[in-house]
Amino acid sequence: MSQAATLPIAAAPARTGWRRFARRNPTICLGGGIIAVMVLLAVFAPLYAGNPYLMTPMHRLEPPSAEAWFGTDNLGRDVFARTVYGAQISLLVGFSVGVSAMLGGLVIGLLAGYYRRFDAVVMRLMDGLMAIPNILLAIALVSLTHGGVGIVILAIVIPEVPRDVRLVRAVVLATREQPYVEAALAGGARTGKILRRHILPSTIAPLTVQGTYVCASAILVEAGLSFLGAGIPPNIPTWGNMIASSRLYLGIAPWTIFFPGCAIALVVLAVNMLGDGLRDRLDPRLARSL
Amino acid sequence: MGLYIARRLAATLLVMALVGVFIFLLLHIAPGDPAAVIAGDNATPQQIADIRHQLGLDLPVPVQFGRWVWQLLHGNFGISIFSQAPVLTLIEQRLPATISLTLLTMGFAAVLAVGAGVLAAWRAGGLLDRGLMAFSALGFSVPVFVVGYLLIYVFAMRLGWLPVQGYAPLAAGIWPWLSHLLLPALALGMAYVALIARITRASMLEVLAEDYMRTARAKGASASSMLLHHALRNAGVPIVTVIGIGVALLISGVVITETVFNIPGLGRLTVDAITNRDYPIIQGVIVVFSGAYVLVNLAVDLVYTVIDPRIRY
Repeated sequence: MSQAATLPIAAAPARTGWRRFARRNPTICLGGGIIAVMVLLAVFAPLYAGNPYLMTPMHRLEPPSAEAWFGTDNLGRDVFARTVYGAQISLLVGFSVGVSAMLGGLVIGLLAGYYRRFDAVVMRLMDGLMAIPNILLAIALVSLTHGGVGIVILAIVIPEVPRDVRLVRAVVLATREQPYVEAALAGGARTGKILRRHILPSTIAPLTVQGTYVCASAILVEAGLSFLGAGIPPNIPTWGNMIASSRLYLGIAPWTIFFPGCAIALVVLAVNMLGDGLRDRLDPRLARSL
Repeated sequence: MGLYIARRLAATLLVMALVGVFIFLLLHIAPGDPAAVIAGDNATPQQIADIRHQLGLDLPVPVQFGRWVWQLLHGNFGISIFSQAPVLTLIEQRLPATISLTLLTMGFAAVLAVGAGVLAAWRAGGLLDRGLMAFSALGFSVPVFVVGYLLIYVFAMRLGWLPVQGYAPLAAGIWPWLSHLLLPALALGMAYVALIARITRASMLEVLAEDYMRTARAKGASASSMLLHHALRNAGVPIVTVIGIGVALLISGVVITETVFNIPGLGRLTVDAITNRDYPIIQGVIVVFSGAYVLVNLAVDLVYTVIDPRIRY
């Protein structure tokens, strides 16, 4: 009796919702967690980060210290503040591009997959668009206008749409042949209803996965554009701008380049991990091969 | 076979024509007056009018397009607004550096990535495999210029093994040429290697699970014969595909890499053109790069038939 009472009781396996989810989907949780933290840091920046525009000529190119956690740049600006504010732009651009490309790809892809003649024209156009390297296209678009966040977003979205269109179109072509679509047609459903209720749901999962990859790519492209001087105007702190203006100081003040660089890498890595995790969860066939 | 090549060529020409239309239209669909944007904020009305005339923007659009295509086919890529030099001359001057960098990167990246992918698939789940997957994730996430500055800082500034920046043509000797291109090729190729290695590993894993691999093993084939002769050839199509598609990554990266390492190539030409809003150069460079990309993919399509004789379009 007393022995039974002193037997150690094994810990019950995690049965509550989010713990089990975390154990089964570590990449989604890790990636999503990092992104969530960065979004919070970016949104609440004005509360704690300090002034990213304040130039202190007496304290230029100082290494990280207690006052300036990431050091100062060549104009005496606080690198930590600029990095945190830079997150706002990068996350905004990445998210906007991802969503816009998804929407554009969805609409065009649905129509292309369903209507053969539209398909022939559209796919040739997409092939042509995909032949132009995306940074060059974005550079050309930005250099023809007066720049600004909206233009940069548009310039990055346009080269990314063909990939989503191809994906949606492939799903539509496959789904179209399914018996339930045939049944719906036989039952007299109109085209719009078929597209919306029967075909659209199959596209959501792969499109979301692709959307995260587009978001990651967009953040990299935006950083690249800003670095080249063809992106966000240089007075607004973005990670690419910070690295571009610190190029001359690599030898004497490497922190001005590496802190924003690590920030870019961290965010893009997190978004890629989220995409991989979602893909493993939503499309196991693809997951097993990659 | 001949029909296949003819059809691929026709498709390629069509794509190039579309690219031409897009590049031409870019100038016209952008909001605002392109001549004014190119002239800059401080331009006088006379300067704007001069630029408009120089670019031929005062002619009707279809005439402009016809003139542009006609000039392009005759090798006339226009005149640079900034330097008044023919764009084609500028491109020719910068071509060797970019070609050296790109070919070197493609060569070493393909060999390294395919090798690593094959080995990782062979010892799936092992240390190399997991290391490769981790490296692959990083390779996609770190931007080219950050890798570039990291390499410069470590290998050129701190260790002093390689030059910090610049370019030496082949005529100056093999080692100067190679030493100047080594770090840029590493930076440029990292994402490319990550992509190819991933696809190679995935494709090899699929092939290694096939029954004919087991037959080869039962017949006493050696490991190298199995991997290279039997498995790799069957896995080849997706690998070659991604090598072709990945060239787009290289082209985007080349612009940034040349800026970081101060290499006088087409990428740097583009960046200078952005600063000066020199649109004829930007147009010319896009045509060259797009053409190169399309040709590479045409080559990939032709290589398919060598790897897999069953493929006939």
